Amino acid sequence: MSEDHGEHLGFLRRTVFSVDHKVIGLQYGLTGLVFLFFGFCLMMLMRWQLAYPGEPLPWIGGLFSETTMPGGMMLPEFYNSLGAMHGTIMVFLGVVPLAVGGFGNYLVPLQIGAPDMAFPKLNAASYWCYFVGGVVMLTSFFVPGGAANSGWTSYPPLSDIATTGQTVWLFGMVALITSSLLGSVNFIVTIVQLRAKGLTFFRLPFFVWAQFVTSFLLLLAFPPLEAAGVLQLMDRLAGTSFFLPSGLVVSGMPLPVSGGGNPILWQHLFWFLAHPEVYVLILPAMGIVTEIIVTNTRKPLYGYKTIVGASLFLGFMSFLVWAHHMFMTGMGTAISNFFQVTTMIISIPSVIILTVLVLTLWGGSIRYTVPMHFALAFLPMFAIGGLTGLPLGLAASDIHLHDTYYVIGHFHYVVAPGTLLALFAGVYHWYPKVTGRFMNETLGKIHFWGSFLCLNGVFFPMFIQGIAGASRRLHTPTMYAHAQGLQGTNVFMSYSAWILGLVQLLFVINFFWSLKKGRQAPENPWQATTLEWATPTPPPHGNFLKEPEVNRGPYEYSVPGEKEDFIPQNV
Amino acid sequence: MSNSLIHHIEDPHPVTGVTNSKLGVWLFLASEVMLFGALFSTYIILRVGSLNWPEGSSILNVPLATLNTMVLISSSVTMVMAWASLMMNRFDRYRLFMASTILLSFGFLIIKYFEYTAKFHHGLFPSKNTFLAIYFTLTGLHGLHVMGGILVNTYLLFPGAALWKSNPKQFAGRVEAAGLYWHFVDLVWIFLFPVLYLL
Repeated sequence: MSEDHGEHLGFLRRTVFSVDHKVIGLQYGLTGLVFLFFGFCLMMLMRWQLAYPGEPLPWIGGLFSETTMPGGMMLPEFYNSLGAMHGTIMVFLGVVPLAVGGFGNYLVPLQIGAPDMAFPKLNAASYWCYFVGGVVMLTSFFVPGGAANSGWTSYPPLSDIATTGQTVWLFGMVALITSSLLGSVNFIVTIVQLRAKGLTFFRLPFFVWAQFVTSFLLLLAFPPLEAAGVLQLMDRLAGTSFFLPSGLVVSGMPLPVSGGGNPILWQHLFWFLAHPEVYVLILPAMGIVTEIIVTNTRKPLYGYKTIVGASLFLGFMSFLVWAHHMFMTGMGTAISNFFQVTTMIISIPSVIILTVLVLTLWGGSIRYTVPMHFALAFLPMFAIGGLTGLPLGLAASDIHLHDTYYVIGHFHYVVAPGTLLALFAGVYHWYPKVTGRFMNETLGKIHFWGSFLCLNGVFFPMFIQGIAGASRRLHTPTMYAHAQGLQGTNVFMSYSAWILGLVQLLFVINFFWSLKKGRQAPENPWQATTLEWATPTPPPHGNFLKEPEVNRGPYEYSVPGEKEDFIPQNV
Repeated sequence: MSNSLIHHIEDPHPVTGVTNSKLGVWLFLASEVMLFGALFSTYIILRVGSLNWPEGSSILNVPLATLNTMVLISSSVTMVMAWASLMMNRFDRYRLFMASTILLSFGFLIIKYFEYTAKFHHGLFPSKNTFLAIYFTLTGLHGLHVMGGILVNTYLLFPGAALWKSNPKQFAGRVEAAGLYWHFVDLVWIFLFPVLYLL
């Protein structure tokens, strides 16, 4: 399939249009980090409007056009498109590419002892599809009427009659879906076909298992959203009415549509993707955290087969819970019951995984490195995020909490202090393998504590606001009397968010400074057992100097009677 | 880097029994099943929720679609024959059967074109009613898949066939993968035909 990759290839072929999985993984990772920061900037703009509604934005308010922020004051349409694009960019262009595309591409072939992915060119195509999708999403800000402004969920009928930005959003989504389809096929084939000699399925590191399940979710859950996107494009471009009911009245005028559509249909198709999608967000993070915790506690994982089985069951169940996002749509009680039960069941494997990780800490001689800080913080944060989901999974309490800030708090707790902390942990943990240098410890610890405290400062008040009844997607939070007493929490959250933004600059500085000035790292800096540490640093093309042969399980730490406290898999 | 680094490109994996490309195509088809499955589910939900749903045959041209079904099924047969010719080392016959596959799929698209233009001529556009909307969406998406198949098959007939000289096993594998995809496109049509035209 792929060609010779000697040094005689041009600079562009080796760096930009490479088909090597490590280069593609880095491309994914860096693009994902840039998009994460961009989506974060959108959120910081929104937080100004939420903290000080109606006041002009100081310093940078004048940079925006008159159609979005006249005199530095944010218009509701612009606020809505910021919200929609923040969600879309963070989920589809930030976390998934970084967790699956970045970490998965770089590490999965290394951890299974393969020279490359099964389809290198397809891998490159997958990255470039993602890139195109990202560019399309960014251009949507500049079309007349602004970017998509129907929320990241794009519920019709609003999205069917929204401005042009929604169409561009749909085209961007089609490109992103194509990218994840190509990527997931590649991952599954790689993991099934290209494992090193002796590496049975139950000797795989848990990170690979997590990527394996994630790939299946991406493969099978995304096409329904693609179908829904095609139908919505037909609605918007060909004048059909898949999602427009008969007799729809907009601003007092009946819409000239043929009618007969069903707005709830979009919600079913969308959440059939988006529920598995949240497990796509969390599973790679769990994989990263597992690797780091096991490495830094110097003892085997407590219950390896349990955690693998739990992740498989989690993946399977995630297809059976989508309608718990739709308790308020007038579903029958029987259907509601079914989805409540499945939602309660799906919380069990998550708890099992968390319990396994906590029990792994028991009696370990823990090394408090920077990645370990992040990984340890992941556990309580994910627990808060998960447990606050239970009231939302029960239809009775969901009636009060639906579409309030409580929901925002819940899923942000899982994705931001959960997944993002894990992803940062992964960056700090594998940086020595990628570059040959450690990242700076002191800066890393400041970055950790700043992020940890500020993330909680941003998201914890959301639970208070939500229980008090503050609605989400509200341009002016002080509109309602019951929400006026909450304005103090809004100001507090906004300042937390801006400080969080400043703290992330430390990470950026650390990242680039360590490239040149970081402490030199040996080939196996953390004394870890998995195969990726058995390669030279940085790994050459083809990864391994000789084909690795695996003789043992992934986590052989502190084996009694051995000289070292770890035995690599290939020894 | 040479092919020798990535295993199981030509020979099946000893445990799974398939090559990389075959497994990849099967996984891709699984996702396609989900795509069309979602659209068929849409059809069911919209139809169950509607007050009156037209007979397909009262709007659409059933004889023409029957002819089209025959054409597409024949193209699947010739696709298999093309792969079988490679298995018997008969490259000339492969060319013949592959060319007939492509011609038959073009025939399918031409008949579809006549069907569409007749509809447009009578003022039957997707925006007219939900039945026509779902009809045009499903057959249009299927038509796009047919075009994709034509592209792949044409590549395998002309420039891609150079691989036969250097690596016949890998080339046969590619033709087999294209064949799997082509049968899937055929199968989707076999579901579409009764659902839209006959029910």
